Parts: sequence; structure tokens; C-alpha cells
Amino acid sequence: MRLHNLLKTMSRYIIRRLLQAIPLLFIISMILFILMQNMGDPVATMGGRKVTRSEDRIRLTRQLGLDKPILVQYLYWLVGNDWTKTDLDGDGVAETPGKRRGVLRGDFGVSLVNRKPVTMVVGERLSNTLLLMLTAEAIILVASLLIGIYSALHQYTAMDNTITTLTFILYSMPVFFFALLTMYIFAVNFKAWGLPYLPTVGMFEPEQGKTVSQVAWHMVLPVATLSFGFIAGYSRYIRSTMLETMGQDYVRTAKAKGLPRPEIIYIHALKNAALPIVTIVALDLPFLLGGAIVTERIFGWPGMGRLFLDHVSRSDTPVVMGIMMMIAVAVIIFQLIADVLYAWLDPRIRYK
Amino acid sequence: METNLPTPASPIATLIPDELESPPLSLGQLTWRRFRRHKMAIFGAVTLVLIILYTFGGMLFVSEADANRTDTGARMQAPSIEHPFGTDTIGRDIMARTIYGGQISILIGLTAMFVELLIGVSIGAFSGFFGGKTDSILMRFTEAVLVIPQIFLLLVMAKYFAQSIPNIEMLGRTFSGSVVVIIIVIGITSWPYLARIVRSQFLSMKEYDFVLAARATGASTRDIIFRHILPNSIAPIIVAGTLGVAAAITLEAYISFLGMGVRPPTATWGNMLEGAYNYIDTAWWLWFFPGILIALIVLAINFLGDGLRDALDPHSRAV
Repeated sequence: MRLHNLLKTMSRYIIRRLLQAIPLLFIISMILFILMQNMGDPVATMGGRKVTRSEDRIRLTRQLGLDKPILVQYLYWLVGNDWTKTDLDGDGVAETPGKRRGVLRGDFGVSLVNRKPVTMVVGERLSNTLLLMLTAEAIILVASLLIGIYSALHQYTAMDNTITTLTFILYSMPVFFFALLTMYIFAVNFKAWGLPYLPTVGMFEPEQGKTVSQVAWHMVLPVATLSFGFIAGYSRYIRSTMLETMGQDYVRTAKAKGLPRPEIIYIHALKNAALPIVTIVALDLPFLLGGAIVTERIFGWPGMGRLFLDHVSRSDTPVVMGIMMMIAVAVIIFQLIADVLYAWLDPRIRYK
Repeated sequence: METNLPTPASPIATLIPDELESPPLSLGQLTWRRFRRHKMAIFGAVTLVLIILYTFGGMLFVSEADANRTDTGARMQAPSIEHPFGTDTIGRDIMARTIYGGQISILIGLTAMFVELLIGVSIGAFSGFFGGKTDSILMRFTEAVLVIPQIFLLLVMAKYFAQSIPNIEMLGRTFSGSVVVIIIVIGITSWPYLARIVRSQFLSMKEYDFVLAARATGASTRDIIFRHILPNSIAPIIVAGTLGVAAAITLEAYISFLGMGVRPPTATWGNMLEGAYNYIDTAWWLWFFPGILIALIVLAINFLGDGLRDALDPHSRAV
């Protein structure tokens, strides 16, 4: 009920933020598009091992519209070219009507590598990345809440100091080093010692098939790699907010009233201490995605990060632009969700 | 906890005359006094000095030719007395490569940080000081850069600039041109957070009385920005710069690891790791030594930055 009212009062704010996002997306898409154009000739790698003949190349370039000036290409990418005619046979007469409908109408174009629609290419991989990210996010939240609360309630004990040191070390550890180290210990050495060992590549063993248990088993190391740094960072954060709230007057009042300790900690204090985490989780989404690139590469996970790497190296503008614009929109939406959620959870916050 | 209540042992009463008459401490002295109490920061500083000694002192014992000499007869040898860190897939000595690669990694970290400071401080300063149209245009641009995760931008830009840049001869050594590319690319994707910090500093600082006083005495806009406001907002810039070095070293390692960073023959800790995960079960020394060095230097710099943050904080009263 309150959320409904809140959305009503915030509607002006939300609409203004969405309107502000339009020039933002416009600027970034233009910069990225121009960068992508100069990254090398996508036609050069298209024929695979065969050397393409130069007349084929020219024909392909023309068919793909790569011979047009960059701003025209950008325009076609943005609004499509079905309102105009292009010259496909190279006789100087524009005769074929365009078929592209442009990003603004949901058409992200066709991959230059495999000629499939970008939405399909990305769609195939999106679910794998989301599976990894959502699992990681859930584990990050649970683990950092547990660790953060524990160290706040046992401040300056030996255990708290150990946790502090460990979280500092993990927080600074590069993703690839953690990945290689855990791979070495839990896959290579466990195998050598005859213990049950973790798999390091892919989503499932081909001979076992894509079963739930196979995928879950293959997810252990990638999810651990993706989440360790965030667990370290967030648990530090929860520790400090928890310590702060435990010193507040209303918590003292609750203690004075003789409320049971668990109720004070988990209902009165935690509710306020965990509040800022909501915003941080939403704002950290891009970093989680960034971590996914390295993680997916190391563990051979067929997700968006690997898709991005493969297609950047082959100058596939439509796919790379598609992935980056989807991420940009997701980032903007999550920032907005964070704002709304925060205002909902903390009635003192008001946006104009 | 501090209280303002007078207590029997009030600070004034216990000060000995000598202390009262000694000149006030400079910012540097104050900072050092607070910094040296920070155990983690001291640990970070010592580790950092040791790593720098290793990479730059190592030059005296190993030549760069050793670091690049391939020996196909001695491929992927485990650590031994002859090769303390083992050899890589084409028989180069890993210890020699960590020494010379470390120099490049540290160089990239420092110079990328300067590029970041140059862009971030100027955009933040102009935005915060002039406000209005300038501010809203610059801030929209900053937000646009922030909307794409940095690693994605980095990879696109690294690909964009990476087209056959010639090698560079400097100090009698040959550097791969990609080193310059990586420095610039990291610099121009890292500045937005710094720009925001500097902007907020300028926004609040320009309303202070000392700025009004400077204006009243006829100081030029340039003097107000560079001689009055900037020196007063130096603390958060120093902290961001320190942490920026660690971030740049990590980022270099990420893109080199992904195969789009610094190209051979120049070694960096990052590109030594490229492809090393293919040998995870046969040659652990390929990735362990460069990896642990990156992890250590990043940890050390982060500790240092943390200590500096506390030490430079004017609200912190611990002396």
C-alpha cells in the first residue's frame, strides 16, 4: 500500500530521471559506435580460413552497409533503414528497400559473425550469465550479512580480528588470482589426493548431460570467484553500520525495556543497519558484470561475458553494441530502483 | 570517545610549556604522526618498498636480455636453483620476467593514475567551480561514461587503439607500443569517480570565506582555482590517486590476462598470466608468481591508501 502511494508521489522524480537517461544513452551509444567502427574490418575475418576475393569483399561490405559514412551507419543502427533504399548491386542506383528497423524499434541488427539476430545471440547466453549472477548475489547477501553481524557483535575479539584481516586480503585479491588458486586447490590437488574434486570448465560434462546437479556442481567455483570480493566488501560495510546502529538511542531504549537480545539485534538494529546495502547492491551490478567477463573466460562458462570477448575481437559491432546498450539500460534502471527502494524503506528520504 | 566537558586532567593543564611554544605542526608532520599509528598502513608501505626493491633492484643482477631469452630446451621447468621461479612455455626465466614485468606494471599503474588525475581533477574542478551549463554538460558526460562498466569500455578501447603501434626506444630499452595504449586507455576510463569527488569539494569550498576574501583582494579565477581551492581539497585527491594506482595495476592485469593488453616482447605481470590457466594442472609456477605479486602490491597499496585516508582526515583528532 505504501509503495503504491510512494510511487505516486515519486512519479515526477521517476519520469524526470527516465527523461534524463535519454540523452545519456544517446551520448554513450554514439561514442561506442564510433569506437567500434575503427576496430578493424569485420569482413576480413568473415570467410574463416578461406581468403575472401576482393570483389566478394566489396559486395559484402556493401550488403552489410559498411561502406556508408559513419553517421549514416549510426542512423541506420538507431532508427533503421526501412524508410530508404540502398544500392546492393553496385550500379550506383539505390533500388533495394532496407529491412532494418533500428534499435529504437527493438531491432538490434544481425551479427556480422554468424548472421543471426543480435537479440537471439544474446538471448541464448543471457540466461547462463543471469544464473551465475543471481546465485552469486544471493550468496553474497547471505554470507556478508552473517559475517558482518557476527563480527559486529564480537567486536575486537580474536575471531573479529581474523575476519577483518581476511576480508581485507580478499577484498584486494584480483579475480583471476582467486580463480586460479581455487582451481588449483579444489580441482587439481583434490583430484591428485583422491578426494571429490570440482570441475573447472563448462556447465556440464557432455556424457552426463545438462542435469540440475551437473550444472550446480559446475557452478561452485565460478560463483565463489564471482562473489568473494563482494562478500569481503559488504561484510565490512555491514559490520560498521551494525556497530553504528547498536549504539543508537532507540536500541538502548529497547535494551532498557528488557526486550530479548535476538529481537533487538535482528528486528530493531538489523532493519536499519541493512538499509544502505539495498542501494549498494543495485549500484554494484556493473561491477558484478565486469567480474563475470573474467570468470566466464577462466571457467569456460557460456555466458554474455565470453560472448562479448569473442565478438569484440572479431569487430562484430551489432552484437557488441547490443550487449553494451542492454547493460547501460539495466544499469540506469537499477539505479532508479535503488532510489525508489531506498525511499520506500527509509521514510526520511524524499526526492524532488 | 571525546567530550567537551572540562575534566580535572584537561589537556591545557597537562601541556608542558615547551609544547605550547613549539611551532604548530605542518600538514605533512600531522599526517605522518597519524599514519605511523596505522599498523596496516605501515605493513602496506613496507611491502610496497620491498616489491619496488625487488623489481628495480633486480635489474642489477638480471639483464633484460635474460628476461626475454627463449630456451626451447628448458620449457616449463619447475622452480629450481637455476630458475628459482621456473620457466614458461617457451623457456624464459619467470623470475627475470617478474622483475622486468613488475617495472612495467608499476609504471603503468603510476602513469595511468596521472592521466586519471589530470582528466578527473580538471573536469571536476571546472564543473564544481563554474556550475550552471558547464556543470550540467560535464556531469551528463561523466554519467554517460559511468553507465558502461569500466572493463567493457576498456576492452573496446584497447581494441580501438591497438592497431600496430610501433615499439618505443627509451633509456636503451625497447618497450612495446601497447604499453602507452594501455596507460591512456586506463586513464581515460578511470576518471569519473575522481571527477565527482573533486566536483563536490569545489562546490562546497567555493562558498567558503577564504575564497570570498581571495576574490575581494582581486585574485584571478585561475589563482582561486589552483592556488586557493585545489590545495585545500588535496587530501581526497591523494587518497583517490593512491587507490587509483592499485586499480590501474589490476586493470592492466585483467586486460592483459584476457589477451588484449600489453603485447610481447614486453613483459608485465598481467600478460605473464595470459593463457596460464591452460596449464593449471601441469605448471602452477606459470601463474602463481606473477599472480601473487599482483595480489601483494594491490593489497599493499590499498592498505597504504586506507592509512592515508585516516591520516589526512582533518576531523580525525588522533595525533
